[in-house]
Amino acid sequence: MNIHIPTPLRTYTDKQETVSVDGATVAEGLAALTAAFPAMQQHLFTAEGKLRSFVNVYLNDDDVRYLPAKEDSLVASTDELTIIPSIAGGCTLTGCCR
Amino acid sequence: MIATATETAALPKLTNEEIARYSRHLILPEVGMEGQQKLKAAKVLCVGTGGLGAPLAMYLAAAGVGTLGLVDFDVVDESNLQRQIIHSQSTVGKLKVDSAETMLNGLNRNIKVVKHNTMLTSANALDIFKDYDVIADGTDNFQTRYLVNDACVLTGKPNAYGSIFRFEGQASVFATEAGPCYRCLYPEPPPPGLVPSCAEGGVLGILPGLVGIIQATEVIKLILGIGEPLIGRLLLVDSLGMSFRTMKLRKNPDCPMCGTREIKELIDYDQFCGIPKPTELGPLEVSSHGKTADLPIVDGIPQMTVEQLKARIDAGTAPFILDVREAHEYQIVDIGAPLIPVGDLPNQLHRLTFPKTTEIVIHCKSGARSQRAALFLKQQGFTNVSNLAGGILAWADRIDKSLPKY
Ligand SMILES: [Zn+2]
Repeated sequence: MNIHIPTPLRTYTDKQETVSVDGATVAEGLAALTAAFPAMQQHLFTAEGKLRSFVNVYLNDDDVRYLPAKEDSLVASTDELTIIPSIAGGCTLTGCCR
Repeated sequence: MIATATETAALPKLTNEEIARYSRHLILPEVGMEGQQKLKAAKVLCVGTGGLGAPLAMYLAAAGVGTLGLVDFDVVDESNLQRQIIHSQSTVGKLKVDSAETMLNGLNRNIKVVKHNTMLTSANALDIFKDYDVIADGTDNFQTRYLVNDACVLTGKPNAYGSIFRFEGQASVFATEAGPCYRCLYPEPPPPGLVPSCAEGGVLGILPGLVGIIQATEVIKLILGIGEPLIGRLLLVDSLGMSFRTMKLRKNPDCPMCGTREIKELIDYDQFCGIPKPTELGPLEVSSHGKTADLPIVDGIPQMTVEQLKARIDAGTAPFILDVREAHEYQIVDIGAPLIPVGDLPNQLHRLTFPKTTEIVIHCKSGARSQRAALFLKQQGFTNVSNLAGGILAWADRIDKSLPKY
């Protein structure tokens, strides 16, 4: 499967925007990603190994949190995972772009 | 789609001048006379007049939205003009709400601009929102994002949301009756420092234009009740690939805001987002030696001021200074410190060949990335790591005014 990496996290994937990994489930795909790029671990997962609440993972156009099997959902090699972290930018108020 | 404050029966008439002005709308069946009257009756609040708010407010003014509220407390800075096209060189140094009003009045004298020259807070948000039909969130920080969301849910106003980072943007419509809210998408903000702000990360100047105009489009659709607003959908914009994708968003039944509704009033959003109270010392409080033990501490990292660092350098007791910005920023300006970008630190630790007890002061542009780097080095066993509060911008402001600021 291909995993789309958002701009803020590309620092940790050698600037790659798409990473191709093997895995039968969403969880296996993410594990393969963090195995290839260990710095991603702390950005995607809490110390307890739970996906962080400000990082959303989509399987194609569905939020994994709302799939029946969640992170154990099966993934075909043609499927795409997209990581969507929250971004606050808009450039006007406190602390930004002044 | 939304009930404007004025009933359809009592929509305001258009003057002959307005009919001429809006003729390209009037001949569109989907807008027409009634649609243009709805626009005239509508009241839209733009939270922020920055990169997103600038094109948003300008297109809404051009389209004839009758009342435009602007919330901003900032002053126009030269570095804003790369993207905030509502401001101009002649208004640098003026209040953003005044600068924006000048532009909007020049564009369309038929509309009313209401200025809220204030920071949006838990204390004033509900009061400001109650007079508007649609809220457009063009802010740039998580505290205000959650504040705008919660105030929209509590007052029942739809939120035309847009957000940008470097080359990517997001847009959606939150807080409608049936649709999800921002907390359904992201229940919690990231811890401070983990996601760089756009002052830290940069942003392509035209990107907020692109996303702000998507927000404006959604606002107009909500007012007119046409098309399919981005309710329950998150639009992802990638300006480099020039690709647009939409993801499905669900209303979370357990959402404490719009699901269970257990949050019944606005909260302290600084606390919610883990933002510490300001700790930077003013110039009067600078100690002559800047002993680490006396410095304010954030997450276990002492925060050194630029005056303290300068005093240490002048006294010949300079600590090891490390710059953790990116190489392209180093090309703009530096203060002579060696460079290891924060993202490369884990792979470049071998370059720090001195003992782990060595005093290190880390700096970046304004202090956020260097704080992260300091936490990382501390985790790696370095025992005497400080963060330079305010970064190279503070250095250029207060120590060496000959340096450029970016
Ligand atoms: Zn919600």
